Amino acid sequence: MTLLWLILIPFIGGLLSWQAERWGEQIPRWIALLTMVLVMVLTLGLWWTRDFNLPGDTATWALEWQRAWIPRFGISIHLALDGLSLVLIALTGFLGVLAVLCSWREINRRIGFFHLNLLWILGGVVGVFLAIDLFLFFLFWEMMLVPMFFLIALWGHSGSAGRTRIRAAIKFFIYTQASGLMMLVAILGLVFAHQAQTGSYSFSYEALLGTELSEPLANILMLGFFVAFAVKLPVVPFHGWLPDAHAQAPTAGSVDLAGILLKTAAYGLLRFALPFFPEASQNFAPVAMALGVVGVFYGAILACGQNDIKRLIAYTSISHMGFVLIGIYAGTPLALQGVIVLMVAHAFSAAALFILSGQLYERLHTRDMRKMGGLWGRLGSLPAFSLCFVAASLGLPGTANFVGEFMVLFGSFPVAPVMVVIACGGLVLAAVYSLFLMQRVHFGPPEDDSRLGGLDKREFAMMLFTLALVFWVGLYPQPLLDTTESVTNAVSVVFNETPSDRVAELAGGGR
Amino acid sequence: MQTFNDVFALMPLMLVGATAVAIMVGIAWRRQHGATAIVTAVGLNLALLSLGWLSLLGIPGTAYFVLDGLTYMASVLILVSALACVTLAHDYLGGYSGAREEFYLLLLCAVGGGLALSASQHLATLFFALELMSMPLYGMLAYTYRDQRSLEAGLKYLILSAAGTAFLLFGMALLYAQSGRLDFEGLVTSMTSRGSLWTLAGVGLILVGLGFKLSIVPFHLWTPDVYEGGPGPAITFLATASKVAVFVVILRLILAAPAFQSGALEQVLVVLAFVSMLAGNLLALLQSNLKRLLGYSSIAHFGYLMVALVVGEGLAVETAGVYLISYLLTNLGAFGVVTLVSSPYKGEDAAALHHYRGLFWRRPYLAAVLTVSLLSLAGIPFTVGFIGKFYVIALGVEAAQWWLVVGVILGSAIGLFYYLRVMVTLYLVEPGMRRRDAVDAWGWHPSGLVVVGVVMLVVVLGIYPTPMIDWMHWVAAASR
Repeated sequence: MTLLWLILIPFIGGLLSWQAERWGEQIPRWIALLTMVLVMVLTLGLWWTRDFNLPGDTATWALEWQRAWIPRFGISIHLALDGLSLVLIALTGFLGVLAVLCSWREINRRIGFFHLNLLWILGGVVGVFLAIDLFLFFLFWEMMLVPMFFLIALWGHSGSAGRTRIRAAIKFFIYTQASGLMMLVAILGLVFAHQAQTGSYSFSYEALLGTELSEPLANILMLGFFVAFAVKLPVVPFHGWLPDAHAQAPTAGSVDLAGILLKTAAYGLLRFALPFFPEASQNFAPVAMALGVVGVFYGAILACGQNDIKRLIAYTSISHMGFVLIGIYAGTPLALQGVIVLMVAHAFSAAALFILSGQLYERLHTRDMRKMGGLWGRLGSLPAFSLCFVAASLGLPGTANFVGEFMVLFGSFPVAPVMVVIACGGLVLAAVYSLFLMQRVHFGPPEDDSRLGGLDKREFAMMLFTLALVFWVGLYPQPLLDTTESVTNAVSVVFNETPSDRVAELAGGGR
Repeated sequence: MQTFNDVFALMPLMLVGATAVAIMVGIAWRRQHGATAIVTAVGLNLALLSLGWLSLLGIPGTAYFVLDGLTYMASVLILVSALACVTLAHDYLGGYSGAREEFYLLLLCAVGGGLALSASQHLATLFFALELMSMPLYGMLAYTYRDQRSLEAGLKYLILSAAGTAFLLFGMALLYAQSGRLDFEGLVTSMTSRGSLWTLAGVGLILVGLGFKLSIVPFHLWTPDVYEGGPGPAITFLATASKVAVFVVILRLILAAPAFQSGALEQVLVVLAFVSMLAGNLLALLQSNLKRLLGYSSIAHFGYLMVALVVGEGLAVETAGVYLISYLLTNLGAFGVVTLVSSPYKGEDAAALHHYRGLFWRRPYLAAVLTVSLLSLAGIPFTVGFIGKFYVIALGVEAAQWWLVVGVILGSAIGLFYYLRVMVTLYLVEPGMRRRDAVDAWGWHPSGLVVVGVVMLVVVLGIYPTPMIDWMHWVAAASR
């Protein structure tokens, strides 16, 4: 039941804070904050009380909950939790708190409805991380787009001409929905293949895992999943929605997008795409890794050329997600663990940078870096925090990002040395765009000598806490690694064993 | 005994007819708007109850009307949508200065036609029922005839529908010339034994005639104008009940004749479906009138539904049923809101998008109703529209009709654009422009309750579709 509550709490909290607007402006905010704190506390409680460091290479769920739903197609409400989903849900809870806090002063219109959307996104994301019935997974996957759409369309910022927030929101929705339908087709293909073998419909993760597919079919289905996740991650040819959506979204929306929504894609690859189609993925790995390398460079180079601070951060996300993609398709345990650390680290650093740029916007009413400069000394501690998070984003040792990137590259090297060597070049570019950002915003000649408002207690606490987490994971990532070890091992085993099995099979005269 | 069964089988039809007669007599005696609406609603409810009773008796039907799963499903859907239309019409016509009571008379006749059409298994009844359904619709569409657009809508539908009917009759004549039979069963046997070019031409012409009614591309040209011009309740009926009835009769034809599944005809259906999906959605993209937009969207939806016609086996009947339910409920919701905003009648319906700008901040629940309807039309999860789309895609994947699957995906992606555009409009901050609005406390008007109820059903069936699926499973099993 705890798992069901993890999903329901944000949904109920959202409805409550929507209705609570009539009793006062601050009440929805407090309800939303309490809701997310509750989710976080519940998750951390689970972390504390359950043992996720399970022995063996087989994936077992630490917690499971199942009820029949649509028996006609073997669909059930099946939720399960393991180390991977736990980490990501904890992250969702934390970023949810941040998102509520950072919109405390930014959002002044229709506060209740804003928090309804915000909490429903988070509820949908938690659902994605918990659902292991494919129908349910798809439901949450698509459902979370709707509140995100409203968040961007109604509370977003309109950029320059032709880049309105509504256009950005619609673009975001169409990209993700269309790719999602491809995943639905792939899911159905898998289900029908399974039905052809066993005679019964099932959308259950465990039942479908063992489906034997012919090679061409497996390739096509794998691509269906991959495209859906690639759009969300985003992988380079499918990234068109991301810069617009980020730039136009309100701060809380950007925090959710960069912090969690992108992670659902990586989660999907780890949870579904690789285990369902290990061979097809193995064959596809070089292409995927190449796309990852392209993403690393493309994101970094375009980041250098941006004037809009949020677009810059958005492009750095593409670059970082390139590393994630490389790590996932390298498939070694070390690389997969690195992927998880990198996801967590990126969630912290990108969310913090987006919050900082939101705070800058509140003070300067612009996101154009050409109109900034020389802010160091005029803004209290904000520039110092920026420096720390920029350093984290470029992967300075001691920060979580360093651990993640290092593990990804180190773990991928034995599998694809050339790719890794090339991708390392991206780290240099990361330093370039990060320093660009600092230089153009905070250093250089000031426009004006007047002091702007410094950080208040709420803003200061948010930043300090996030920074502490960045350093904690950077200096002592072991708890994180322990929690996810069994999951990554299991994925890695499935992903890597198959070819040799096939060889053995062929040698033994099978097929 | 046989004769008694025949009478029982026609019970719903007779009840509807009797109500129509009662209303006609009532009008001649004394005009009373409220009472007319109530009598109509009672009659329709009795027909609905008699359906339940019939399904318990298990009568197979007569030579002309079959009583199988499909008939029950279609009849229930038609009656439900007619009930919704009556309720909407009562509030809508409250502001109409001309004669109001005849609308219910026309509506009841059309319902009778729809019930007969969905049960017909003979070309004679098919034709008779189709006309019985279409003729009153001309009147309903042109009901507010002082408004030029309404008159135009009625005339346009009359002319194009007559053209469609001509095709249909010609097709029937060709089939009759070939086989000498008019009942579906006889036609099918003759078609399978001697499939000649003339038979093919006849079937093709029948498809053209019915395609007009369903507004499948390229027979869709009347749709946007008629949707835009007709009064709200009439359009609601046209978009829901009449289309359900026509679709069911096509489905019945195709299920009866396996000849449809092979060769050229299947290819034609695939092409029509694909083109309808894309053209409907593309044409809807830049509409600024909600009724026109919904008209184009219905073209696209029948494109999706045609996947069931193309496949015609396995899950096809179940898919068609589920999709029809989702289509019906969703459109009742969407058109219901349009009608509600335009009620009571004050001239042309408030269907331009700017009427809906900022609706959420004035009438949050009404806007939520429209939002859910639009989400369901777009096939977003947790609405019944998603279940429908899920079925269609599943059917396409199972039958390996990849072109149609691609069409559904492309169509949905395009469709999202305009559904979202409308949805955002509801939530934008209102400018100071003149606007029309639903009456205060609309939620407590009967039509408000209907719309809210329909949309709640959309959500509930979207979250827990098992009852609907079980029912459709039964329908599919009982249609063989």
